[in-house]
Parts: sequence; C-alpha cells; structure tokens
Amino acid sequence: MSIPNLSRLLQNDADRLVQEWLTAQLDAGTFRRDLLSEGDLRRDSQAFFTAFLQALEAGTTPTPEGPAWEEVRAVLGSLSKTRAAQGFTASEVATFVLSLKQPLFRRLFTAMSSSPEQLQEDLWTTTVVLDQLGLYTLEIYQRSREDIILRQRQELLELSTPVVKVWQGIVALPLIGTLDSERTQVVMESLLERIVETESTVAIIDITGVPTVDTLVAQHLLRAVAAARLMGAECIISGIRPQIAQTIVHLGIDLSSVTTKANFADAISLALTRSGFQVTRARPQ
Amino acid sequence: MDRIPILKLGDCLIVSLHVDLHDRLALTLQDDLANRVVSTGARGVLIDISGLDMVDSFIGRVLGNIATLCQVLDAETVIVGLRPAVAITLVELGVTWTHVRTALNIERGMALLQHHVSLTAPEETRDDPDDAQR
Repeated sequence: MSIPNLSRLLQNDADRLVQEWLTAQLDAGTFRRDLLSEGDLRRDSQAFFTAFLQALEAGTTPTPEGPAWEEVRAVLGSLSKTRAAQGFTASEVATFVLSLKQPLFRRLFTAMSSSPEQLQEDLWTTTVVLDQLGLYTLEIYQRSREDIILRQRQELLELSTPVVKVWQGIVALPLIGTLDSERTQVVMESLLERIVETESTVAIIDITGVPTVDTLVAQHLLRAVAAARLMGAECIISGIRPQIAQTIVHLGIDLSSVTTKANFADAISLALTRSGFQVTRARPQ
Repeated sequence: MDRIPILKLGDCLIVSLHVDLHDRLALTLQDDLANRVVSTGARGVLIDISGLDMVDSFIGRVLGNIATLCQVLDAETVIVGLRPAVAITLVELGVTWTHVRTALNIERGMALLQHHVSLTAPEETRDDPDDAQR
C-alpha cells in the first residue's frame, strides 16, 4: 500500500516539498498575483499540506472520502469558496491541488527507483487521490459560483421592483425591463404588500421602461391588475408608447377592463381626481 | 354543526371568517346568508376574509357566488381583507370576481356600503335635511 510510503516520504522533507510546490504554483502561469499575495499562497499551501499529511497518516484508504479527510476537504472547501468570490477561474483554482503532483512524483521516483512495479502502483494511487481532491475543489468552486449568481439574481429581482407612494392613497410601480413569470410574481407581491401598507385605493403601473409588450407580458399585467382589484385598489396602466400601443392592437390584447394612459403625468392626475383631490396652481406664472 | 356567525349592524350584515372554511361550511354559510338577507331585508353585506390564510378554487368560487347571490337579493356585497397571497392565489386560479366589489379592510368596505345604502335608500327613509325643514 502506498499510503504509508507516501506519508513517510512527505514527512521527511516537508519544508522543501512545500517550497517546491510553491515554486511550481508560482511558475504555473495561472497564478494570479493581482488577486493573491505570495504570503497568502504560502499560508494556504501550508494549511493544505499539513491537513493532507495528517489525513495520509490517519487514513487507511487512499480515497479522500473517509472521515480522516475531513480536514483536507474543509481546507479545500474554504479555499475554493474564497477564490470563487475573488474571481479566480476554474483552472486557476484546480491548479492549486494538481500542481502538487510534480514535486510529489519526483520524490516518489527517486525513493522507489529500485522497484518499478511498486513505483507504478504508488504513482497511480497518488494520482487518483490528488485528482479526486482537484475535482472536489472544482465542485465546490462551481457551487460557490452558482450561489453567487443566484444571490445576485435575487438581489436584482428585489431591486427592480420599487413601489413608490405618490400621494396619500396612491402608489406607483415603475416597471423597468422585461416581465417574465418569476418577476411578475415578485412585482405582484411587492405591489400588493405596499397597497396593504399604505392603504391605497389607486395603483399606477408605469410601463415606460418595458421594451416590449407581448401577449404573455400583457397577461402578466392583467393578472397584477386583477389581484390589485381584489385588494380593493383600482389600477391605471401608464407609459404606453406608440409602438407598444400598436403591438397591443395588432396582437388583439384586450385592455378594455383597465384604465390606460399615455404618460405618467396623466395617470397621476387621474388618480388624484379619483381619490377626490384637486390640484390648482397657487399663483399665476 | 359549526356555523359562521352573521352579525347585523343597521342595514348591513357582517360576516367575519376566521376559521378555515371547509367546503360544507362554505355552503352552509351561503344558505344562512341568503336566508338572513331575506329575513332582515339587509341592504348591504360585508364579508371579511382577512382571517383566511388559504383560499382554494372551490372556496373562491363559493365566495363569489355568495356575493352575486346577495346582489340578486338587492344587498350590495363587499368582500374585504384579502391578503396579498390570497389575492395572488385567486388570480392564479382564475377567480377574478369581476362582478364583486372588494375593499382593502372593513373600514373601507363599510364606507362603500354606507355610500351605496344611502344612495339607494327609498325616499321616505333618506336623511334629507331639506325634508326635515319642510
């Protein structure tokens, strides 16, 4: 079995091996000096190496899955997560583990040159272990990237639906960007919650920032209007541009159940009138 | 058997739903309400569903039916207190209650009813200051 061999080998000149490994990483061409200092790299490498050595000593199986490898996985996991957040690419992250191969193999080669069969077996076991660690690193890297993307998506969704209180009893929802089912859901929820919060009776949905209105978007809009109506608020859709009006007519979308206005100003004035307000100029200009 | 209490306030009937309506309870409410509207001659009905966490398509339809039914019996009906989640669910289920009045809360609903009742009240009972002077 190669594990005792390997751990003995590593223990004997750990410092030089780490140094060689560091050099290999620095020379790999994928090292990002702009994102990571040499000191940090040394610290990471040392942490991994210590954990790796401990796992080799404790582990009876050469596969990095048992409880003995927990520390190694923890080190690799946190390293992978940090680097994913810093903007490293996948290969740059994987190189961290894989670059350990060369110095390791060189040592195995000199130590076991007398027995080629044992050497071959050891090389194979080491390769398998390091490859699996590399794959594990990549997996964590990918998962962290997906988490980041998911979080950003969520934040964008929340950012994109501000519901503004225009006046007492009047809220406005300026929509920007394309409406899909998921966004409509968020838009609808925040609109309804604000209606409850502000006790509004009129809601203005402004679609100046919506590039295209197809049947699906119109359907989503009508749904939001129906939901707001159930909450006791009337909806006004404003900001319909000429092209969009044409599209709506061409598509045969029936917006007759909703009040529509060409611009936001008209919508506000209508909303104020409906709520019983009257706006007059205080002094002639 | 469980029944939903129906309260009378002046010309109006008030129903406040706090337990989750199961199907039979909803149908019982429909019967009771129709009877009460006829027996009391109520002009307005207010159904408060702010206590409902969940409304399925059947309950949604029954509530719509109740409202339409009361309107047929000449009692203006307002359903109030829909939670955002309930409103969204109803719209998703295709229940839009286009012929039913809705309001945000009891206060708004009562104001709507009072307005309607005062508009449609028969001449002799209307509070008209001019009449009082004559």
